[in-house]
Amino acid sequence: MINIRNFSIIAHIDHGKSTLSDRLIQATHVVLDRNFKNQILDSMDIERERGITIKSQTICLPYIYEGKQVYSLNLIDTPGHVDFTYEVSRALKSCEGALLLIDASQGVEAQTLANLYLAMEHELEIIPVINKVDLLSADIEKTKKQIEEDLGLDAESAILASAKEGTGIEEILEGIVKYLPPPSGDPQAPLKALIFDSHYDPFRGTIVHFRVFEGQVKPKDWVLFKSNNAVYRVEEVGIFQIERVPQKVISAGQVGYMIAGIKTVSDTRCGDTITLKDRPCKTPLSGFKEAKPVVFSSIYPVASDDYGDLSEGMEKLKLNDASLIYEKDSSIALGFGFRCGFLGLLHLEVVQERLEREYGLSLIITAPSVQYQIIMKNSGAINIDNPALYPDPAMIEQTKEPFIRASIIIPDRYMGQVMKLCLSRRGINKNYQYLTNDRLEMIFDLPLAEVVYDFYDILKSTTQGYGSFDYELIDFRETDLVKLDILINGDRVDAFSQLVHKDRAVERARYACEKLRDEIPRHMFKIAIQGAIGSNIIARKTISAFRKDVTAKCYGGDITRKRKLLEKQKKGKKRMKMVGQVMIPQSAFLSVLRADTG
Amino acid sequence: MFAGLYIHIPFCLNKCPYCDFYSITDTSLHAVFLDALITEMQLIDHEGLHFDTLYVGGGTPSVLDVTSMERIIEFAHQSYPIDIASEITVEVNPGTVTLEQLKVYRRIGINRINIGIQSFHSNNLRFLQRSHSVSDINQTITWAVKAGFEKLGLDLIYGIPGQTTTSWLSDLQQAVASEPQHISCYSLIFEPGTPLDDGRLKGYVVPLSDENICNLYETARTFLTDKGYVQYEISNFAYTYGIESQPLNPEHNQSRHNLKYWSFAPYIGLGPSANSFIEPKRFWNHSSIEKYLADLADKRRPIEGIETLSQEQMMIEAIYLGLRQTKGISIDVFNSMFGQNFHARFKDTIEDLAEKGLVKCSQSHCALTPKGMLLLDSVVAVFT
Repeated sequence: MINIRNFSIIAHIDHGKSTLSDRLIQATHVVLDRNFKNQILDSMDIERERGITIKSQTICLPYIYEGKQVYSLNLIDTPGHVDFTYEVSRALKSCEGALLLIDASQGVEAQTLANLYLAMEHELEIIPVINKVDLLSADIEKTKKQIEEDLGLDAESAILASAKEGTGIEEILEGIVKYLPPPSGDPQAPLKALIFDSHYDPFRGTIVHFRVFEGQVKPKDWVLFKSNNAVYRVEEVGIFQIERVPQKVISAGQVGYMIAGIKTVSDTRCGDTITLKDRPCKTPLSGFKEAKPVVFSSIYPVASDDYGDLSEGMEKLKLNDASLIYEKDSSIALGFGFRCGFLGLLHLEVVQERLEREYGLSLIITAPSVQYQIIMKNSGAINIDNPALYPDPAMIEQTKEPFIRASIIIPDRYMGQVMKLCLSRRGINKNYQYLTNDRLEMIFDLPLAEVVYDFYDILKSTTQGYGSFDYELIDFRETDLVKLDILINGDRVDAFSQLVHKDRAVERARYACEKLRDEIPRHMFKIAIQGAIGSNIIARKTISAFRKDVTAKCYGGDITRKRKLLEKQKKGKKRMKMVGQVMIPQSAFLSVLRADTG
Repeated sequence: MFAGLYIHIPFCLNKCPYCDFYSITDTSLHAVFLDALITEMQLIDHEGLHFDTLYVGGGTPSVLDVTSMERIIEFAHQSYPIDIASEITVEVNPGTVTLEQLKVYRRIGINRINIGIQSFHSNNLRFLQRSHSVSDINQTITWAVKAGFEKLGLDLIYGIPGQTTTSWLSDLQQAVASEPQHISCYSLIFEPGTPLDDGRLKGYVVPLSDENICNLYETARTFLTDKGYVQYEISNFAYTYGIESQPLNPEHNQSRHNLKYWSFAPYIGLGPSANSFIEPKRFWNHSSIEKYLADLADKRRPIEGIETLSQEQMMIEAIYLGLRQTKGISIDVFNSMFGQNFHARFKDTIEDLAEKGLVKCSQSHCALTPKGMLLLDSVVAVFT
């Protein structure tokens, strides 16, 4: 155990986390150079393109310290987005230390601070690493000063590195051994291990990523998952070295994987405690939370005949994504699809992108909604996240919406703007405190519905990227909810319906009507776009009819070109949805989804 | 069915910014082009077709010298069976022909002349960057009449930025004054890739509003109908009276050659960028003089592309081309051509479009209304 170090790298986006991981992997020769590719831990295309990590990845780096002693350095890579804060916290719980990576040209940024707090909460030992020291714009002294003053860490121990150039890598490896504590725990005690991630292998089923705190686990053991008392027989345990390397046993202090005939990743829960069936630990590890979707939306194929493919795609994604929940849904305008629950908007986007990319589907996503509690006059309470199921308002006694408590950390110069943003989102300011002499933490209670759309994006742009945001669901509070419908030439398009706060309805309706006016092409007839609550029209836009659409000449050389154009239009029509006689392009559905009222 | 022969002369004095036909301004290539064209005529078989139209278009055919034109007509007759009563048309631009030249044209059998006037107003000619003046126009018309052409066609353009109904009406009046048998009124189109369209994209040129263009179109239709010109296609009008105002067969003054494009008649096109159609195949030549010359130097057909139309594609074209004509789609022809029942297949579409006042259907024909004409492209999209 003395030769093990479990660590994570925490950093602001773009401060070089993936590059540093790549260098550590190369320096310890886990992968043959010819098999190496950049961002090796980010296995999804979306991760490489967006430069964010969505799935955690783990790798065991064998390191020979001072030329004699072999150490196992377990790098646990973490997702980098507020939607996945819980997953990050589970990964950090599995570590004893962390590298805090800071870009020497950018200095300490808000997310660095937020991540540092998360690491400190788990009592991790921190090694500051100043990266990108090769850049002309690097200001090492200033960065060191910030580390001391803003973060309260000892800058003397900071390691200077350039992951891109490969400098400082040896010092980092040495530092991990020297400064980070080895894990502790009794290998003879009853098994107590933490699930911090899992993924799906088509041949072996669910691969559970776990950290053993006490005891040990080996093949043929019967294990018990504490949260649901499920019992499995272990087939294989091992460690990650890009590929899985089976081991005879995984003991206290180690990080590894387990294969135990678990059919889908939904059967495992991030944060759950694994123990032995016949010799269980007394108490589970703390901090377990059931991952609950907070954003709901329906997904439909643009072409109805793609429903089968969508269905297959959802099933396959679900195998690998325990937090995705879905059920069959149908819409008059869009046909068959799925009602889905997501951890947040990024999660929604990732699911959409993966379905479109990996299954070649073209999708329509309805406006995201949160889940409301509706207390009926005579038949108890129901939970509603789908506007299609919204009951007759006359039957409703009271409606409640979910509230979050948001912690927003910003440089104090943005205080006014952030205050304004939160108040415009029906936020209630609970508290604020200075963390350092110019950094401020503001606490707001906000309706979840007001943050799921675009709050984080607007916060980031308002604070020029310096604002960080974290939240937890706190309670449900009474609200004044209405169902906003959109009518196209008098036909209600169910896919455009949204549940909105009454005060926001007119604004939202206008916005949706305007967007649709811009996105729906002109037709041979006039198109009326209306926003309505019940029978009350609250917004209206018109698309005037074409007066002229005719090609002046059509002789020998023009005919083929004209026909090809018609054939192309015909194909394009398949990507449009007909509502009555109006063709609505996919982009119109997307534009309403992106409706921001900030 | 008689076939049509088209010869594309890819030369112009200068390039007009709105034009998307293939042409070049390098006069040094006239001689080699002529040799290549004659090789092409020798190379391309008439495929058993008999021709009753020959159309020399461009480009500006009149920029070739008369001897070249004589050789072209002579070789066309040698290479293809061209009926004695054929319609033989040459396109000319004002300012590029002399009376002598026109007399030679007439003597070698050309009986129809089509003049690219575009406008009688010098501000419009300047906008369109035409190389001729208003007096060139009047001169050319006078000479054409004097040379004794039986059929005279004039081309006009409307929808020019800045154009008013009054100035357009005066164009129409001046055109009608010379008593041509045929008038084409083309709405100015911003064809992608043309300098005109670049100008629009960069904001230098602001197109007239659709509203205005529709009004100009209506002005032309009303005025020309009133003067005895019957619209037979979106942009084409034919005079329907003969000597001493005797009513003529409506087809008499229509462009027999152009009608072939709209009715699946076979045609062979020679010269760069020219298209040929022999059901169910369509071919097109290189839109590049270099490639055209290179192929013919090697005695190869200068074909850039070929397509074999499926029944479905033919049907799209039949609807599109049928509806361009005022008489519409002939339902008997359609049904026998595709083994379909037009009325049954398009029942809902027709009812809907009729209700909107865009098409009018009888047992024998399905045609656009004047309002529908302006929306042709959208109407066709409903059918496909």
